[in-house]
Amino acid sequence: MAKEITGASSLVKSLEAAGIDVMFGIPGGAILPAYDPIFDSTIRHILVRHEQGAGHAATGYAQATGRVGVCIVTSGPGATNLVTPLADAAMDSVPLVAITGQVPSAAIGTDAFQEADIRGITMPITKHNYLITDPADIPRAIAEAFHIASTGRPGPVLVDIAKDALQKMTTFNYPKNIQLAGYKPRVEPEAEAIRDAAALIAQSSKPVLFVGGGVIKANAHKQLMRLAELIGAPVVTTLMARGAFPDSHHLHLGMPGMHGTVAAVTALQKADLLITLGARFDDRVTGKLSSFAVNAKVIHADIDPAEIGKNRFADVAVIGDLAHTISALIPAIEKEFKKAEPDLTLWWKQMGSLRATYPVGYNQPEDGSVSPQYVIERIGAISGPDSIYVAGVGQHQMWASQFLKFEKPRTWLNSGGLGTMGYAVPAAMGAKVGMPDTTVWAIDGDGCFQMTNQELVTCALNNIPIKVAIINNESLGMVRQWQTMFYEGRYSNTSLHSKRIPDFVKLADAMGCAGLRCERTEDVDAVIKEAMSINDQPVVVDFRVFRDAMVWPMVAAGSSNDDIMIARGLTPDWDSQEL
Amino acid sequence: MSTHTLAVLVENSPGVLARVASLFSRRAYNIDSLAVGPTENPDISRMTIVLNLEGHVLDQVMAQVYKLVNVIAVSEMPTQSTIHRELLLVKVATSQLDEVLAIVARFGAAVVDEDADVITVEAIGESAHIEGLLKALTPLGIKELVQSGLVALERGAAALSDRTLSAQGISTLHEVGTQADYQN
Repeated sequence: MAKEITGASSLVKSLEAAGIDVMFGIPGGAILPAYDPIFDSTIRHILVRHEQGAGHAATGYAQATGRVGVCIVTSGPGATNLVTPLADAAMDSVPLVAITGQVPSAAIGTDAFQEADIRGITMPITKHNYLITDPADIPRAIAEAFHIASTGRPGPVLVDIAKDALQKMTTFNYPKNIQLAGYKPRVEPEAEAIRDAAALIAQSSKPVLFVGGGVIKANAHKQLMRLAELIGAPVVTTLMARGAFPDSHHLHLGMPGMHGTVAAVTALQKADLLITLGARFDDRVTGKLSSFAVNAKVIHADIDPAEIGKNRFADVAVIGDLAHTISALIPAIEKEFKKAEPDLTLWWKQMGSLRATYPVGYNQPEDGSVSPQYVIERIGAISGPDSIYVAGVGQHQMWASQFLKFEKPRTWLNSGGLGTMGYAVPAAMGAKVGMPDTTVWAIDGDGCFQMTNQELVTCALNNIPIKVAIINNESLGMVRQWQTMFYEGRYSNTSLHSKRIPDFVKLADAMGCAGLRCERTEDVDAVIKEAMSINDQPVVVDFRVFRDAMVWPMVAAGSSNDDIMIARGLTPDWDSQEL
Repeated sequence: MSTHTLAVLVENSPGVLARVASLFSRRAYNIDSLAVGPTENPDISRMTIVLNLEGHVLDQVMAQVYKLVNVIAVSEMPTQSTIHRELLLVKVATSQLDEVLAIVARFGAAVVDEDADVITVEAIGESAHIEGLLKALTPLGIKELVQSGLVALERGAAALSDRTLSAQGISTLHEVGTQADYQN
């Protein structure tokens, strides 16, 4: 007879058996029993300042390391504060396990103190979730949660555990195997689909490798490199895929989408074949769907069968793990190419011309203030491609995706699908915890920063020395840009006055961080270097930048990608391009 | 737009109906009818879902439903070779009792309860049959009615349970890994 332990001890032993080294959380009434064995566990628990911070930190940890991120919070408001990070992780396919305390099982359904139906609330924003009321079910639920979160298309799994299940006695037995009758993600692609895909590739004279975040999730960047060099096709990397293919590579046209490069957007538009790898035809990439890549056939390779045909019809669907899929595609294409190799010379002439004519760029502000793009570009140049960059959401995020140069996967973390302002600071914290020897920069906006900056206290107290660059344009900049373009410059509620209040340097100081300020272009490098030199505490730099800088190029929401603007009212000179 | 009938085998776990309903609601798929009940296997329930949608959306709906971890099999029921049944219970006024009873006989329905003012009629059949009966009874004074969702079963030996992973010889036993395994 195995020794009896509490459900809480069984939970902590299960987490240890799952092999986790860290979790982010905050205790509270319903989860309190679990915090007693956590006190003795080898698992590092990082006490955050807000549950949303715990969720995004777990996400940052997961995106930087490829491991499952774990967060643990109490019932009711603790659990509902996790809703945003869970939705964020679901949209961006991040493997998370979230543990929430629940009121005692006898009180469930009575509107008890701090009761919220978090299983019901999170059904549409988790890959799967559980409500556990019997302590005997805890090890199996934890084992299943880790398995489901990390296999197939990764995603968040929530395990809600009633307080009495944590308090009652049980025996601990972590399963070696679990039975999931309806869950069997396909890993190996079908041979027929691979043959069909290879045949289409061999026939194409205008192919594009349309690379999404799935390539990074599948750790398939090396396979992608071999595939790209074999086909010789232009490569575009979506916002979630930045770093999956080196920006310095001659086949790379950059990022497609609403703020993508002219070459990347146009390559998709004019292609005769999209070789889609782990991308989901998001509206921010396709623009107006009915006018997206109208002449292209589509190969859609994804691990999630439900992505096939969701937004765009796939001529060939290849279901499987992308590392396996690409590895299978390479010999199949080589076989086809022995018969006849497609000539991409004309296609490259067109795309090369677009890339040369319309690189991403920016003008220096006429009023002499600091250009936000310049600040971001210099951070990337000085900190280099080995650093991890974590962005919030808005203009600074788009500039970071454009002006940082990514060479490696898992060096670019951002909230792509949900667009969660406030993501950067806690996600950077999680990334730094997972990759302590790597420099981690949060590139944040002054609006985003004010949503979650309290996690800098967590960083300062727990020796998590992240660096935060606040791109302070004292505005909700992207919203302001839309007001400039679509609302005649009526700036309703987008001025934050953050060059006046708060004083970010004092705020940083108050939170135990080094606070720096930069207001002149000539000081940018020196301030970045000073920030780089501080490694014993978090650093916050208040970069006070030009307020009216805009993100270009831009495809307005709902517009066709054909109507891409390179500046306000300015479209590429299509007549001079041979397309 | 056309009508499609889906049969869905689900694990008998708490909240599974909510998961399916939540999915349909969130993705804006309209359900015409939904019926859930036990199957020959006590661990598995079966849902019959009737939808009205464009043909190409159907594959997407089925893929999204199948993606739910608790869903074991999804299949569209073939229109021609499927038995469709609905159940109707209806209370009809007895003021024109002879006519009511004549209709009941004509439709092969049955009287299952009687009262001075109403009789309760039970009918089982395809949707068109039930609709026809209701149309005939309406002028005679319907006091209350209740209808089940449609249930459907394929004719012949074919069974939806043949389409589960385990029936196809695919092991659904998963080895439990640790963090190190997940990192590749």
